[in-house]
Amino acid sequence: MNFFETQHLTKRFGGLIAVNDLSFGVEEGEIFGLIGPNGSGKTTVFNLITGSYPITSGTIQFKNHRLNGLATWKICKLGVGRTFQVVKPLRRMTVLDNVIASAFNHTGSLHEARDKALQALEFCDLIEKKDYPAKGLTIGDRKRLEITRALATEPALLLLDETMAGLTPQEQTEGVELIRKIRDAGITIIIVEHIMHVIMSICDRILCINYGQEIASGLPAEVANNQDVIEAYLGKD
Amino acid sequence: MKRISWPTIVVIALLVLFPLVVQSDYYRHIFILSLMWVVIGSAWNLLAGYTGQVSFGHAIFFGTGAYTAGLGVTKLGISAWWGMLLGGPVALLVGLIIGWICFRLRGPYFALATIAIGEIFRLVAIDWRSMTDGMDGILIIQSFRSKLPYYYLALALAIACVFAVYLVLRSKWGYYFVAIREDQDVAETIGISSFRYKSLSLMISSYFTGMAGAFYMNYMAFIDPHVVFSLHDISIMAILVAIIGGVGTLWGPAVGAFIMVWLQEIFRSAFFGLLPQWVSEAHVLVFGLLVIFVIRYLANGIVGDWSKITGDWFKKKQLSYSSSGN
Amino acid sequence: MDVFLQTLVAGLLIGGIYALIGIGMTLIMGVMKIINLAHGQLMMVAMYITYVLFEQFHLDPYFALLVAMPCLFVIGALLQKYLLNPLLKVDSILPENQVLMTVGIAMVLTEIIRFIFRSDYRSVKTGYSTATFYIGGISFNIAMFIAFGIAVLLTVALFFFLLKTDVGKSVRATAQNKEAALLMGINAEWITVLTYGLGSALAAAAGTLLLPIYYLFPDIGGPFTLKAFVITMLGGMGSTIGAILGGVVLGVAESLGATYISMALKDAVAMVIFLLVLIFLPGGLKTLTKI
Repeated sequence: MNFFETQHLTKRFGGLIAVNDLSFGVEEGEIFGLIGPNGSGKTTVFNLITGSYPITSGTIQFKNHRLNGLATWKICKLGVGRTFQVVKPLRRMTVLDNVIASAFNHTGSLHEARDKALQALEFCDLIEKKDYPAKGLTIGDRKRLEITRALATEPALLLLDETMAGLTPQEQTEGVELIRKIRDAGITIIIVEHIMHVIMSICDRILCINYGQEIASGLPAEVANNQDVIEAYLGKD
Repeated sequence: MKRISWPTIVVIALLVLFPLVVQSDYYRHIFILSLMWVVIGSAWNLLAGYTGQVSFGHAIFFGTGAYTAGLGVTKLGISAWWGMLLGGPVALLVGLIIGWICFRLRGPYFALATIAIGEIFRLVAIDWRSMTDGMDGILIIQSFRSKLPYYYLALALAIACVFAVYLVLRSKWGYYFVAIREDQDVAETIGISSFRYKSLSLMISSYFTGMAGAFYMNYMAFIDPHVVFSLHDISIMAILVAIIGGVGTLWGPAVGAFIMVWLQEIFRSAFFGLLPQWVSEAHVLVFGLLVIFVIRYLANGIVGDWSKITGDWFKKKQLSYSSSGN
Repeated sequence: MDVFLQTLVAGLLIGGIYALIGIGMTLIMGVMKIINLAHGQLMMVAMYITYVLFEQFHLDPYFALLVAMPCLFVIGALLQKYLLNPLLKVDSILPENQVLMTVGIAMVLTEIIRFIFRSDYRSVKTGYSTATFYIGGISFNIAMFIAFGIAVLLTVALFFFLLKTDVGKSVRATAQNKEAALLMGINAEWITVLTYGLGSALAAAAGTLLLPIYYLFPDIGGPFTLKAFVITMLGGMGSTIGAILGGVVLGVAESLGATYISMALKDAVAMVIFLLVLIFLPGGLKTLTKI
């Protein structure tokens, strides 16, 4: 059995099928890319995994747990962390307090949570800005805060939703390094990303979806050369 | 444990000494009411200011506490002081049920439900005459003639309440409350059960408000549904106390309580009888104008907007919530 | 059986007027996403305007509609422009800032009226206030009947406005998605001002229509604010059709409650409905009818 897997995952919004019979597995320790054109259902998949939307049918399995029907916070407790595509800092808290709040996930003591938070900030290179109010951060730092906050919950599986969008090339390079560092720390990653060179360079395997359905999967090079993928992105000529 | 700062000690010392210096029953009375409002304002603030769940019905808990103490006397024949023990838990239970109904839902349901439930409680207290004696209210005999015991009891309650809020804020609960206030979606994804923690916040808040109600019964020795379940005089007053002082600040409600009780008294007595009688009739009007003014121009209250008031624009704006770590 | 039918008819008639109150409230809620806790008080102000017109100029309450509605439209629009909209720019911790503001407005309106007219009970007694006619043993109060008719007319006119005119479509667009509406070039601020004015005017209409069959005092606003939000809740927040259904349901329920349970607990009926909806049907009737 895979570390993480979905089977026949389906989500309907009224008459619209956002995710259609999607089955895929992720192995422990890999970076798994989820790509597809705009509106293909990538973020919806994340929302299904974290329980933000109820699943229409299918199953989601993580380690020995079935995630279907669990509350979002319970899924986090089981070890699934996520970032949001549209960053959501806790605006009127400082950067440090943002991270402390999530570091409480596996501890009740402020002292311990604080230490964990500082470690996470150090790890993500955000430590110098720990006393800034979160609402005053630049977009690059906000994305970094998203990741730090997710890491502080001590996940085994991390879902990254377009953490590179809107960043400068320099910041993107740093971001790629950070993601590799997170994987080296033993955390499995599923990443949704639009910036192709990022995805191609860091993913071990990639799944491409369109209209909520799988159109290709495999190694980055295979997926990149797949005729259906090219058509989905560029349209049929 | 962090040491308590010296201004806090000075303020507490002054409050302890106050009734020994000031012998006037009138001023002692005003201070007792102010201290009682410190409790209610701080309790409301924990729920609304820190957890983001605005209650328009804290009279529910205040009245429940007061009637618990009062009914103990008329129905069970026990001392009203038992109310100090029972009023809090009973109010907490009511809070728990309201939270269970409302916090599962997203949207303004909680705010709406508190108004409606407040109204239901008032109507039931009026109409269930066999139980509550309706509008005749409940009259008991005061235990003490002197204001001193009541004063120190109120002071102890106020200190306990503010200190409890302080402790909560410096714990996991506090961080979770504020995270929920800032963004419920994020809170859920970092492992916070928003339902559980909103309920917790409501329970603490209703407990202290219930205690204040029980105290009111003991101190005033008379209650009726219009007084203790009043939308304006209790529920809205609680909101005003917190807002004027500063929502989401530890000391805001305490400052607000003294300001509001004094303001109310000044207008109710038409500036201590210096102005014509119609001024006292206008005290609710002033109350309303104050709501409008404060929300429009002092949305974060005197403590929260202190830099704005003193014109110190360049000072780094005070953070509403920061760990202030070491 | 006759008693039951009679109760039902009375409930339906008053329900038509409640619907008018509910629609005003739900419009405001749809566009501004706030509960207008001054709704009943705005209605109360309109009732006093009608009362003054009747006492001073012997103007029939139904003609007073033509004065009270525009007056309240202006008052509502000004409140929105100068008190509610500026709050959007304030960074405050409380999400319910605007709702609190409406509470303040409600208090001030009530107290100003109390200052001018004192707390005395007043009423407008017209020739038809108590007149009735019979159909098959069921009596119809003429004033109620006319009020119901006008309420229906106003509702139809409102629907025409919302569905057929450009401005009405802008209101609906803003209610659905404010950001998108802004991008489409809709002046959202102007729409909120218009909506609050419109909502107030509808409340004014309801108040004026109720006046011949009700008595009047400054505190009458509060209970109607509560009714208004119960109706909105019952219908499903933001749904106009829901508000009509909600109004009628509340009218009938109150009427049945008053006949079969107790007159004193009539006001509690609305609150009990509110709680039941909250527990069993949080989305309101809207979720059943899918409108």
